[in-house]
Amino acid sequence: MPSGVLVIGEVAQGRLAPITGELLGAGRRLGVPGPLSVLLVGPDPAPLAAEAAALGAERVYLAQSPALPGYWPELYLAAAEAALAQARPAIVLLGHTNIGRDLAPRLACRLGAGLAADCLELALEPASGLLVATRPVYGGSAQAEVVGRAGQLQMATLRPRAFAALEPDPSRRAEAIPLALSFDPAQAALQVKERVAEAVAGVKLEDAQIIVSGGRGLGGPEAFAQLVELAGLLGGAVGASRPPCDSGWVPAHYQVGLTGKLVAPDLYLAVAISGSSQHLAGCSEAKAIVAINKDPSANIFKVARYGIVGDYKQVLPALIAKVRELRGG
Amino acid sequence: MNIIVCVKQVPDPETPPASFRIDPEAKRALPAPGVAPVLSPFCLNAVEAALKLKDAHGGKITIVSLGSGLVPEVVKKPLAMGADELALLEDAAFEGGDSYATALALSAAIRKLGACDLVLCGRQASDWDAGQVGIGIAHFLGLPAITIARKVEARDGRLRVERVVEDGYEVVETALPALVTVSNEVGEPRYPTLLGIRAAARKPVQSWKAADLGLGPEQVGAVGVRLQVRRLFIPQKESHCQFIEGEDAPEKASKLAAALRADKLI
Repeated sequence: MPSGVLVIGEVAQGRLAPITGELLGAGRRLGVPGPLSVLLVGPDPAPLAAEAAALGAERVYLAQSPALPGYWPELYLAAAEAALAQARPAIVLLGHTNIGRDLAPRLACRLGAGLAADCLELALEPASGLLVATRPVYGGSAQAEVVGRAGQLQMATLRPRAFAALEPDPSRRAEAIPLALSFDPAQAALQVKERVAEAVAGVKLEDAQIIVSGGRGLGGPEAFAQLVELAGLLGGAVGASRPPCDSGWVPAHYQVGLTGKLVAPDLYLAVAISGSSQHLAGCSEAKAIVAINKDPSANIFKVARYGIVGDYKQVLPALIAKVRELRGG
Repeated sequence: MNIIVCVKQVPDPETPPASFRIDPEAKRALPAPGVAPVLSPFCLNAVEAALKLKDAHGGKITIVSLGSGLVPEVVKKPLAMGADELALLEDAAFEGGDSYATALALSAAIRKLGACDLVLCGRQASDWDAGQVGIGIAHFLGLPAITIARKVEARDGRLRVERVVEDGYEVVETALPALVTVSNEVGEPRYPTLLGIRAAARKPVQSWKAADLGLGPEQVGAVGVRLQVRRLFIPQKESHCQFIEGEDAPEKASKLAAALRADKLI
């Protein structure tokens, strides 16, 4: 009988990515009978086993990969299938990340699993052993509870930052199990040629404590200069909703939202953003949202702590002047 | 190039959240009054990617769409944009399908259409946002799949794709035929011209049911799913917004800055 949970972990810059801890935390809290295992893929994953154990893993499957430019789907598939063959889990969890979005559907197809994507909550239905997953649908306007079918492998990708990691406990121990991989990059159907990081001036969106973000209501690229000025004064980063990115006012990687970046700053200042559900999905984890919008019925005010109803063309220069005064004084 | 693009008709994702309603029994969104359905935005990006390839290499673009209550003006939009043919999969048997059952039906339709060089889909549909149908189609057809593309180019029988990642992009190559899912970064879909709209009316449209695709009733729709929807609901959020009042913009801005300072946010 399949039992336990297998987490497909992620490694970034030689360390466990935060999502790995979140997946282990979610796996532990489910209370599924059987062990909690994690798969780590990387050029040198063995030294990360202790950290994974501290975060709740009981078994750590280690897949040593050649040094590759980016995420390589066939390598991860081979590693995941090798780990699954040994762990025989009832449930497989991945992050709804660059890797998980691509890998999870591939794995689900090959294994005949039901896959719930971008989950916000998970629960185990004790009687049936079914994983009940809550996920946003209709761009976040609604949520659905979904379940797989009995007797079938159950899979879910979890939204980053929606689940808490366990407090690391260095006294926890895990069994480390090396996997033998027969993966030859030269033979792969998909050839990952290079990974290009686009330079970001100033603070990265994901790391910023303060984000000043602009929307369709700005009317053009010019107004972003003011957002850049304000963000600079506050030591923050500039973001955007989808329309300014699609219209080419700012580069695509500024996009905050369901299919852009999911951010969680202390302060998210939304300027001329109406607040579509798919945008809010990317910023609703902010500690405080402040909205400036002409339309008092704009959806963004529903999630805002403070709101100013008004034209950004008047409000923003005044706010910049005031912040400069506060910072200077 | 012979390209097939899969598109999905959805409730307009720009529907204001205030008028968004669901049918909890049927577990789907209700059409908002006065808001017509549209093609899912990423599907139109996929059509645009196909048209760019056709501009560069010539060839034929066939659109495939599975759904119920399909509106002719909606599903014919890609034809007006410049695609050549349309195949509609409309059958009560398809209702209630999940990503898996939908991918199975679409892959059967693609097989029936004959040889093609490339299949394009949107990265995810704006209603269920699962992002699994594209990879499912590739699985059933045995094609290599590349997801979340921002650029799709063909050269000497090979495909070069830039796929979006958190901090930039990855360049991935594969042999044709292949499947690619397309993201909004590929560029805004072109507007149909008046000439295009007129031409669309004369372009061939086929309509198939599950049996035409050689699929049994046990393989499609709600019976063929791997994931079942137990419950659909609208999460309740209470608004706690404190509106900053003032005589003019400087006063409001000043009060806001003071409030943010008091909350230790700036």
